[in-house]
Amino acid sequence: MTLRRHLTSWLFLSPLLVVLIPFFVLPFIVVLTASFFDSDGFGGLLPTFTLVNYANLFTSSLTLNLYLATLKFTVLTWFFSLILGFLVAYFLAFHVRNPLLGIGLFLLCTVPFWTSNIIRMISWIPLLGKEGLINMALLKLGLIHEPLEILLFSSVAVVIAYVHQLTIFMIVPIFNSMARIDKRVVEAALDAGASRLDIMRLIVIPMSKSGIALGSIFVVSIVMGDFFVVKVMSGGGSASVVGAFYEDISVLQYPSAAASAVVLTVALMVLIGLILRTVDIRREITR
Amino acid sequence: MTMAKEALGPAAAARRRSRSRQGALAPGRKGRPWTFYVLAAIFTLYVVALYGPMISIYILSFQDIRGGLVFPMKGLSLHWFNDLFTQVRTGDVKGSFDRSIKLAGLVTVITVVVSFLAGLAFRRRFFGDTVIFYLMIGSLVAPGLVLGIGTGLLFNWLGLETAWYTSALGAQLSWTLPFGVLVMFAVMSRFNKAWEEAARDLGATPWQTIRLVIIPILAPGLVAVALFGFTLSYDEFARTLQTSGSLNTLPLEIWSMTLNVTSPSLYALGTVTTIVSFLIIGIGLGSITLIQKRRARGGAAGH
Repeated sequence: MTLRRHLTSWLFLSPLLVVLIPFFVLPFIVVLTASFFDSDGFGGLLPTFTLVNYANLFTSSLTLNLYLATLKFTVLTWFFSLILGFLVAYFLAFHVRNPLLGIGLFLLCTVPFWTSNIIRMISWIPLLGKEGLINMALLKLGLIHEPLEILLFSSVAVVIAYVHQLTIFMIVPIFNSMARIDKRVVEAALDAGASRLDIMRLIVIPMSKSGIALGSIFVVSIVMGDFFVVKVMSGGGSASVVGAFYEDISVLQYPSAAASAVVLTVALMVLIGLILRTVDIRREITR
Repeated sequence: MTMAKEALGPAAAARRRSRSRQGALAPGRKGRPWTFYVLAAIFTLYVVALYGPMISIYILSFQDIRGGLVFPMKGLSLHWFNDLFTQVRTGDVKGSFDRSIKLAGLVTVITVVVSFLAGLAFRRRFFGDTVIFYLMIGSLVAPGLVLGIGTGLLFNWLGLETAWYTSALGAQLSWTLPFGVLVMFAVMSRFNKAWEEAARDLGATPWQTIRLVIIPILAPGLVAVALFGFTLSYDEFARTLQTSGSLNTLPLEIWSMTLNVTSPSLYALGTVTTIVSFLIIGIGLGSITLIQKRRARGGAAGH
């Protein structure tokens, strides 16, 4: 009987595995294998076993700089989207009293998530550009005398574009955990003389931990795996790990690109693993 | 902190309590705490920053032939939309648009069916469930471009051609399915198992239970999964880049335009693709509301 139950579960899961094995497990094994191969210099792979790709990767100072640059964008984006996402979710969960209005405002925040990220990114150009709205407004107000060039095609623009795209990944899970907080707990704390800060520190933040963890996983993995925003919004001024990987691929340097991809994926998994240690996300989602 | 408060004496504590009562979570009509206004301002700014840039490119896409990439608006016409669908230099927008819609349709159907089945399986613990769960999380967080290259190489080694309806379809599913299953988890957690047991007690076969009880009850959740499937596929870029073969999907077309085209036709394309997204979102959210309305009416009339 129990064996049959296990078999039924596996039967229901088999379509998922039919996709995940050839399109996630095997491609990763292919990349892993390619990272130990040698390049023939013409885009072909020589099936040998060599660690030279990894050796090159770890001895090049470029690698360290790339990782530091990517880490910088990851930390900045994570920080700003967390603060903004937390405040927005808190507003929606605790301050909007009409439930229908709450759903409406929540949808207002989520609709852009369902539209193209690329379009949302390039839509900053008419605002941040040298002749963009922000520069024009600042010039008119006399706050600056010549256009600020650091607004577009700079690290600032990269972080703005990321936060613009990814804050939603913080809002949804954090709002979801906050909505589950029993308001009577907060009332009880108020009656017991807790201050606003106490409530935030002792009730709201600990009880939103799973949402924060889930949002952080999304934000961190998307920023670390992205090359597109950095490429377009930095105007070529900044590089990223995946961007360098893409450059390697376009000149057919598969083995070195593969080695870098493996290192990146391992680094990412370690980071995600650390976040997952703080919370049992499966229990949190299914609860 | 507590010590200090106690030192104020009972009267002060009571005063403080009534004051904080007013500023509590469900305050009276008298007024809201100052934090409400601060947070409302932050929320408004967020929404303005969320929509403002998008709206500005929609406006700029309606300029006439003199139009540039920044304000002020030069003239008013549909020139750049026309340009988008007729000019050769902007690439094959119409073909890629077609492919993207078809691909998204395929991804949607597969995502709904597979996520639903997986959601059913994950309601119970079974041998190896944790492994599969983490496999899914891995597929969700792995860098898309890396998986795309891996898939491309795999097809290459197996002697298969990459194409949007084979390799790109699979690559997109490796991203939409974990998403769909996670949404399914949230949907299933609100499902009351008593209904299912009642169906079984009344003599329903497992298949009847799924078809007549579980699917109708979960219908709004399944529409939500479909909405995720469609929009995630329609806008997918990183995993498709190396797997779509010789023919582009729309996001790939937009990407090559961002690198070559410096005219408002880029914005016109943005406007067109956003209209499609909004139509899909409208259909998705509209049908969820409709199902729930009909259910509420049926519930009221049926008793």
